[in-house]
Amino acid sequence: MQLTIITDLNKCVGCKSCQVSCKEHNTSGDFGPVPDHHPYREVDGMWWNRVISMEAGEYPNVGVMYLPKACMHCYDAPCVPVCPTGASYKREDNGVVLVDYDTCIGCQLCMWACPYGVREFDEEQGVVKKCTMCIDRIEDETLPASDRQPACVQSCPTHARTFGDLDDPDSVVSHLVAERQGFTLLPELGARPAVHYLPRRQVTGLVGEDEITRVLEEDC
Amino acid sequence: MALTKDAEPNGQGRQAPKLAEGTRKVHTTCYMCACRCGIEVTVEDEKIRFISGIAESPVNKGVWCAKGGAGIMTQYSPARLTTPLMRVPGSERGQGALVPVDWETALNTVAGWLQDIRQSDPAKLAYFTGRDQMQAFNGYWARQFGTPNWAAHGGFCSVNMAAAGMYSVGGSFWEFGWPDLEEARWFMMLGVAEDHPSNPLKLAISRLKDRGGRFVVVNPVRSGYGALADEWVPIHPGTDGALLMAMMHVLHQEGLYDREFLSRYTNAAGLVEVAPGQPSDGLFWRSSGQDVMVADERGDFVPMMEASGRGRLEGDYRHEGRAYRPAFQLLSDRLAACTPAWAEGITHVPRRTIVRLALEMGTTAMKHPVVLPTPWTDFYGQEHAQTVGRPVAFHAMRGLAAHTNGFQTIRALFDLMMMLGTIDGPGGFRYKSPYPKEAPPPVTPPSRPEDYQPMQAAAKPLLGYPRSPDDLLVQGDEPMRIDEAYSWKYPLAAHGLIQNVVRNAFDKRPYGIDTLMVYMSNIAWNSSWNTLQTRDMLRAKDDQGEYRIPHVVVLDAFDSETVAFADIVFPDTTYLERWDAASLQDRPISEPDGPADSIRQPVVAPPSGVRPAADTLIELANRLRLPGFVDQDRPRYRTYADFIQLWETSPGSGVGLLAGYRGSQGTDTLVGAPNPRQLEAYARHKAFWFEEIAPERKYYRMANRQYLDWAHGVKFIPTADPIILQFYSEPLQTFRLAGQGLWPGKKPRHPALRQRLATYFDPLPFWHPSLEEKEETAGSYPLILLTQRPMTHYHSWGSHNAWLRQLLLENPLFINPQAAQALDLCDGQWVWMESRQGRMTATLRFSDAVEPGTVWTWNAIAKAPGAWGLHPDAPESQNAILVNHIVPDTLTSDDDTVTFNNDPVTGQAGWYDTKVRLYPSELHEVWPKVEARTPVRADMAEWKSLRYSTRKGAGH
Repeated sequence: MQLTIITDLNKCVGCKSCQVSCKEHNTSGDFGPVPDHHPYREVDGMWWNRVISMEAGEYPNVGVMYLPKACMHCYDAPCVPVCPTGASYKREDNGVVLVDYDTCIGCQLCMWACPYGVREFDEEQGVVKKCTMCIDRIEDETLPASDRQPACVQSCPTHARTFGDLDDPDSVVSHLVAERQGFTLLPELGARPAVHYLPRRQVTGLVGEDEITRVLEEDC
Repeated sequence: MALTKDAEPNGQGRQAPKLAEGTRKVHTTCYMCACRCGIEVTVEDEKIRFISGIAESPVNKGVWCAKGGAGIMTQYSPARLTTPLMRVPGSERGQGALVPVDWETALNTVAGWLQDIRQSDPAKLAYFTGRDQMQAFNGYWARQFGTPNWAAHGGFCSVNMAAAGMYSVGGSFWEFGWPDLEEARWFMMLGVAEDHPSNPLKLAISRLKDRGGRFVVVNPVRSGYGALADEWVPIHPGTDGALLMAMMHVLHQEGLYDREFLSRYTNAAGLVEVAPGQPSDGLFWRSSGQDVMVADERGDFVPMMEASGRGRLEGDYRHEGRAYRPAFQLLSDRLAACTPAWAEGITHVPRRTIVRLALEMGTTAMKHPVVLPTPWTDFYGQEHAQTVGRPVAFHAMRGLAAHTNGFQTIRALFDLMMMLGTIDGPGGFRYKSPYPKEAPPPVTPPSRPEDYQPMQAAAKPLLGYPRSPDDLLVQGDEPMRIDEAYSWKYPLAAHGLIQNVVRNAFDKRPYGIDTLMVYMSNIAWNSSWNTLQTRDMLRAKDDQGEYRIPHVVVLDAFDSETVAFADIVFPDTTYLERWDAASLQDRPISEPDGPADSIRQPVVAPPSGVRPAADTLIELANRLRLPGFVDQDRPRYRTYADFIQLWETSPGSGVGLLAGYRGSQGTDTLVGAPNPRQLEAYARHKAFWFEEIAPERKYYRMANRQYLDWAHGVKFIPTADPIILQFYSEPLQTFRLAGQGLWPGKKPRHPALRQRLATYFDPLPFWHPSLEEKEETAGSYPLILLTQRPMTHYHSWGSHNAWLRQLLLENPLFINPQAAQALDLCDGQWVWMESRQGRMTATLRFSDAVEPGTVWTWNAIAKAPGAWGLHPDAPESQNAILVNHIVPDTLTSDDDTVTFNNDPVTGQAGWYDTKVRLYPSELHEVWPKVEARTPVRADMAEWKSLRYSTRKGAGH
């Protein structure tokens, strides 16, 4: 089993619901807190999921894109072998990459090794923290079934995010990746991220160019 | 393991998982913006553990946004006010030198001022509120006090949208109506960036995307929702009216419009008298029963109701020496000149694009209808075997509204929608209960001087929809309200005009006031324009050294910039600490499929020195013995919770703030006796109530016989009469006649006022340049300055919160690179941005996602140093800019009084009309700056670290 989150970029409006729901769950969760330095001054906080805004093209043919970025829970996670204590590890039963705070010595090698820049260092606690796929939610049997998914998936106001098992060819996430040309970030680096994104889909108009020309000519 | 995101069905029958000791889940309604999503709040050891969406909520269907989740940090805000405050005697207003006082002192002081006002002249109280969600209560309070001077913030926000919709179709966007993206195939959004509203619009766009619908966005800026558009149509700000007129031109030319719909359900076939210079000019020919007359297919003149949709849309007619033309013919004549080429010159949208978009919407509407197997019966008695819709939907908001031509632009949008037949059909614009109402709704404001007398309640609710000049609040040419709402200058000011209040109170125009009471509105900062002068006016003194506005009272939960200008402050609770109602009597949370409302309940206890603002107002009302609040000197309500449950629109009406769980058994809906245990019932049902409208009543409700009968029965509408859509707005024509001196009733004397009415009160939509463009200096300021709200800060009365502020701390000025290079300016450069109001600094950020005639930045980021509990060095005060400083509040007047920079029809603030020029700045910092204050919790402002957790032993 390889748990993953698929984000449909055709639906992401960049609202950062996922970014905040991640923080609100995890700061009081098993892997929290998710701290903030100088919260009411020049603030610099820890976020395990950050939404990146991008603009491409030249006016007026310009695209604007949002991309939530968190741990990719890679099949060949580069952060795992570099860890001198084994604190950074990948769960065999579900593929989630985690950090064991009890054995983490705060050397931050994993942060250097991660191609995606999604690990953050808690200076006060001396450990590296990151997205846990909300492992403490999905395995919490006191929660109703509908809550046993990552907070960022549950909160997403456009339902752009889907959670599931990428190793199960019949899962919704596997179908989405197969049918919607799902892609990973920086595949050339060989980490084989589990997290995938779905590209934009353009819906074109139903009026032909000749028709427009006819109307313009008749009108002018 | 849960691998599905399908929510479980409603909790009933499901084994509720056992919660850990000390943990509880409370259902309530969010208040981080105005959407009012249902939220479940998990509390662990009396601290907020988690806020999430309620799956069954009709508003958010289980999702929640960045703001909603960050409500935790608003609850623990460093800006909380925890005790009543009084300005230190001898200190100056604006310094923010406030000292704690006990509640009795604060209440006694304010009650004393108010008692004096009530006994002498109730109009000397001006009570204005921000985006509060208890306008029904606040309006009732002000009415019982007897002042005409009450309103919320709509004049500064979007009254053009509300009023133009109400005068056209008896509904409007957002709370009043909605694009049906469950069925639409083609969706155009105009003037909406990242807000208005939040989760409901995101959910709807998601559904459109699921179904492969086409999404076109018209906006000077591409961001947020616009990022997902299949096509972005960059438009020059303030010109959407020309685009809409040109699209109507193409639809008309090509015959791609719904003639049957126009004739059956709108007054487009109505015969308008053509008699220039006569008092009947532009008015409908009416039958003895007051029905609009039409020419039927034989050319006979019959009342519209008898013609049953056979009224002709074109032609010239004469009867008994009088000339008539159908309203549609009049618009057709006008559209002839509104060619795509004409609009291209105004909008900067290529004519080819205009033609294409018009053909797309027209073809989709007319050639690809959506058909539902639902039978319905119209008000003519005709039975329709199925429900046929035109699946073209629109959504529009402030980008259209916040211009001084906004009213007529939005009128154009609604007329376009009527042409496409897309009002309340599947896939089009759908009403939300209790709408539709008659267009305009049959409520007029109390307009006689004797309606506002000492020690009396005002005769009627204070806000409404004038039908003719006779409904205005004027004495001669003089306004009766301090904000000049319902005056000759701003006749259809249906939401009041908060933006006019401070200057008028300062100028004592039309009269001086004694007390300005403000609830949840930041009038000294970002809910203001020409901000520096506005702040000066709030603290200005007369020759005797007395404040020109003698008393300023602020009710708020947080230490906003405005609190520093208060003489007395009443601390409010947060939304997680009180009972509250999202009411059908207010701005409803209904869905197109049926009415809904919801409550807030206390999730955690407030600080001991804090009371809900509504409780404070009820306490004041009881001390003042306001009629409606006391019964033979005995208070009817002790708290707002009492009021929510017991108040009725009129004694015995059975209609109150909440529609669910009424009656002594809690089993009645919509109409029923007050239920003193109603709030408990809501609390047991996840804090909301929703009732689905029966399928055969769901569509074309303005014309749906079964719906109209039902809606009348549940008191949504005063009669079950047909609601005729107002393609042609006859009430507007009555104002034009007054401007021409032809109206038999009230009319203005001053030529400038008459000219204004004659020009802008056109009963058919038209486009005119903004009033700013008519300023003599307009040519010196070639760029339009806009702001938009980021999704993370939209409506957020708490954007200072520790998490949200990290998402956006600074706001550069975005400019198209081509436009910048033409000015020899580069990316990252400090510039002066100058309007005719003044100048300020900004840093440029190049963006190709903005049209070249526009510069823009984020709204609601900048804060005064030390306000909102933030450290005075915080980026919000050091690096962020507040463009309100240079947004002009007045126009160069062509009469001898001040004319605000407002739409001449509704008075909506024209704050998207601001024109600026840019040039390099030698100063490389934010300017202007205002004086710094000490944060309300200086210790928190200095915190080095926040490690929020509800786990035991965690840090802050």
